[in-house]
Amino acid sequence: MSARDDILGTIRRSLGVTGQEAPRRSIVENRLAQAPRGVIPQRGQLDPQARAALFRTMAEAALATVEEVESLDKVPAAVAEYLRRGNLPARARVGEALAGLPWGETTLEVGTGPSDGRDLIAVNRAFAGAAETGSIALVSGPDSPTTLNFLPDYAIAVLRESEIAGDYESVWDRIRERYGKGTMPRTLNWITGPSRSADIEQTMLLGAHGPRSLHILVVKD
Amino acid sequence: MTSHITSPQFKENASRALVDAPLQQAMGNVRVNFIERRRAAAEKLPEFEGLRDSARDIKNHALEHLDLYLETWEQNVTKAGGHVHWARTAEEAREAVLAICRRVGAKTVTKGKSMISEEISLNTALEAAGIKPVETDLGEYIIQLRGELPSHIIAPAVHLNATQVESDFRRVHTHLDPKRDLSQPVQLLTEARGVLRDRFLAADVGITGANFLIAETGTSVIVTNEGNGDLTQILPKIHVVIASIEKIVPTLEDASQILRVLARSATGQEMSVYTTLSTGPRRPGDPDGPEEYHVVVLDNGRSSMLGTAFQDMLRCIRCGACMNHCPVYHAVGGHAYGWVYPGPMGAVLSPSLIGVDKAGHLPNASTFCGRCESVCPVRIPLPKMMRSWREREFERHLSPATVRGGLAFWSFFARRPGLYRLATRLGMGALAWFGRDKGKFASLPFASGWTKYRDFPAPQGGTFQQRYRDTRKQGARR
Ligand code: SF4
Repeated sequence: MSARDDILGTIRRSLGVTGQEAPRRSIVENRLAQAPRGVIPQRGQLDPQARAALFRTMAEAALATVEEVESLDKVPAAVAEYLRRGNLPARARVGEALAGLPWGETTLEVGTGPSDGRDLIAVNRAFAGAAETGSIALVSGPDSPTTLNFLPDYAIAVLRESEIAGDYESVWDRIRERYGKGTMPRTLNWITGPSRSADIEQTMLLGAHGPRSLHILVVKD
Repeated sequence: MTSHITSPQFKENASRALVDAPLQQAMGNVRVNFIERRRAAAEKLPEFEGLRDSARDIKNHALEHLDLYLETWEQNVTKAGGHVHWARTAEEAREAVLAICRRVGAKTVTKGKSMISEEISLNTALEAAGIKPVETDLGEYIIQLRGELPSHIIAPAVHLNATQVESDFRRVHTHLDPKRDLSQPVQLLTEARGVLRDRFLAADVGITGANFLIAETGTSVIVTNEGNGDLTQILPKIHVVIASIEKIVPTLEDASQILRVLARSATGQEMSVYTTLSTGPRRPGDPDGPEEYHVVVLDNGRSSMLGTAFQDMLRCIRCGACMNHCPVYHAVGGHAYGWVYPGPMGAVLSPSLIGVDKAGHLPNASTFCGRCESVCPVRIPLPKMMRSWREREFERHLSPATVRGGLAFWSFFARRPGLYRLATRLGMGALAWFGRDKGKFASLPFASGWTKYRDFPAPQGGTFQQRYRDTRKQGARR
C-alpha cells in the first residue's frame, strides 16, 4: 500500500469512518465554501479615518515608521526626503508597480526587478493593511518581487489609505476577489514591523536577517 | 537514525541541570520575560479568551475530518503546481527530502526553523549524504554549531548566555578577525547575519517547516520574526516544506483565528513580524521565488493518536506557552527531557511518538499545578493527559519498584480510614516534634530526592483531615 493510502487508512480507522459518509463530506464542503469568520476583534471595526489612525498606532508599536503622503505622485519625493533624513544613499530598487511614478523629478537612482542581495534600499507596493495589528500584506507577482521585502536593509512599502482594512478577514475577501476563491498568489507576506531576534539572552534586537527598518508610506486617496 | 534520546535518563539529566549555574541563570530569564509578555498581550485583546475557544474548535473540527481535509489540501497543492510526498515514518520523510536534494545535485541546503526536522533528525541524514545543512534561525544556528538539540520549541538556544555564544562564534568563524569585539549581543547578531547572508544566496535547496497547511488553497504558512524562513524559501531553486499531518486547517479564516492566539501566547507580540503564505512554485512572469515547491507530509504515529485519550494533543500549535509557565521546565530546562519536545507538551507528546518505555518518566515531571493548561491557546488538558500516561505506565508495570511499593503501602492505609487517620496523625505529630526548632528539615530518610535541593517544611500541627474538619465546623458556626 502507498504511504498516502496507508496514512489516510489509519486516520479513518482511528476515527472510525470510511471517508465515504455523505454527511461528513458535506460538512467539509460547506465549511470550505462558506469559510466562517469566527471571532473578529472589535478594535479594528472603525470608520476609515479612525482605522488608518489605529493602523499607524499599531504599526509604530511594532517599531515600523508610518508617513502620510498626499498622492501617489508624491511618493518619489517622500522616499528621497526619507533617505536624506536618514543619511542614506540616494539609490533604491523599486517594484515595477511603482516604476511609472515621477522618480525623474528626484535625484534618486532607481532600478527595477528582483533584488540580488546588493540593494540597501527597496520600495515595494503593498496589497493591503490590517489595522488590528498594524500589519501590511504584500503579494508576489510580476510587478512586486518578494525579494524586495527581505533582502534590503531598509524596506519601504507604499499603501493607499483605502486599502487599510480593520481585520485580516477583510483582506481575504479582497484576495478572493482578485485571484478567485481557492486560489492564492505564489507568496503572500504579512509583515508587522522590521526583522528582529530575541534568541540571545532574550534581548530583542532589530535587523536579524530581514530589513532593519520598515517605513510605510500611506497615500491619502 | 533518530536523534539521540536521553529521556530514559530524565532523573539523571534533571539532577545535572539543577546544579548547572549558567542554565539556572538562563531559566530565570524565561520565568520573568515570557510570562509577563504573554499576560500583557492577552489583556490587551478583549476577545482573547473567545479566540482560544475558537482556535480549539477549529483544530478539533480539522482533526475529526482530517482525512478529507488532507485530500482537499493535496488536490490544491497539485493544482498550484506543487508536489506532495507522504511519509509514514521519520525514515520515509528523510528519504523524500534526500531524493529531492540528490536529483538536483544539492551541495548545501538552508533551513528555516522546523521542529519536524528535529523530530526526524534531518541534519544527520543530510550530512551523511554529503549535503551541508545550514540552520538559519539564529537560535537554531547557535545550537547547530554546538551540536545540541533545541532546549525550547520557539527559543532553541534559550539555555545559553551571550558569552557561550561568543566563544562558539570565535571557534567556528575562523575567517574573521580574531581581535574583533563581540562583547555585545548586537555584535553577535550582526556577525551571524553576515555569515548567513552568503549561505542564503548560495544554497541549492531551502527547507522550511509549516505552522499551518490550508486545505482551501493548498497553502503552507510559516511564522518568523527574523525573516530567515523567507530568505530560505525564496532564494534557492527548490523549496521543500516539511510538516506533520495535524497542521491542517480548513480555510484562510481558520488560520487567521489561530494566528491571533499564536504570537500572543508565544512571545507576547500582537503578531509575529513575518507570516508568509506559500502556494506552489514561481508563476509565469514572477521575477523571483522557487521553481519547485514540495511538501513532505509526515505521520510518524500521529494518525494512531486520533480516537484515543491523546487526540487532543494534536491540537498543539507549538507556541511554547506551556513550558514558559511550567515550574518543572523552569527548574531543569529543556535538555533534561531528553528529546526534541520539552516541557508539558513534550511530556505528553514524546511518549506517543517514541514510546512510553523511553519517555515514561516525562509525564511524572509535573507538579499538577495546572498552569500549562490555563495558558494553552488551544486549551489542551495537559495535566489530565500526563495523568493518563502515568496510569498507563503503572498498568504496564513500567514504574520503578519504589513507586509501586510506595503506592501499595499508601493504598493499604487509604482503604482503612480509621487506620489512615491514626497513622497520619502519628506521622505528622512525629515530624512536627522533630522539626519544632527549625520549622523545616534539611534531610529526611526516604526523601533525599526532595531534600537534596530544598528543605522539607515541618508540619505546623494537625493533619489535612483534621484541619478540614475544623474549618468546616467553623464555617458552620458562622
Ligand atoms: S501544548 Fe498548548 S501551550 Fe504547549 S506548545 Fe502546544 S499549544 Fe502551546
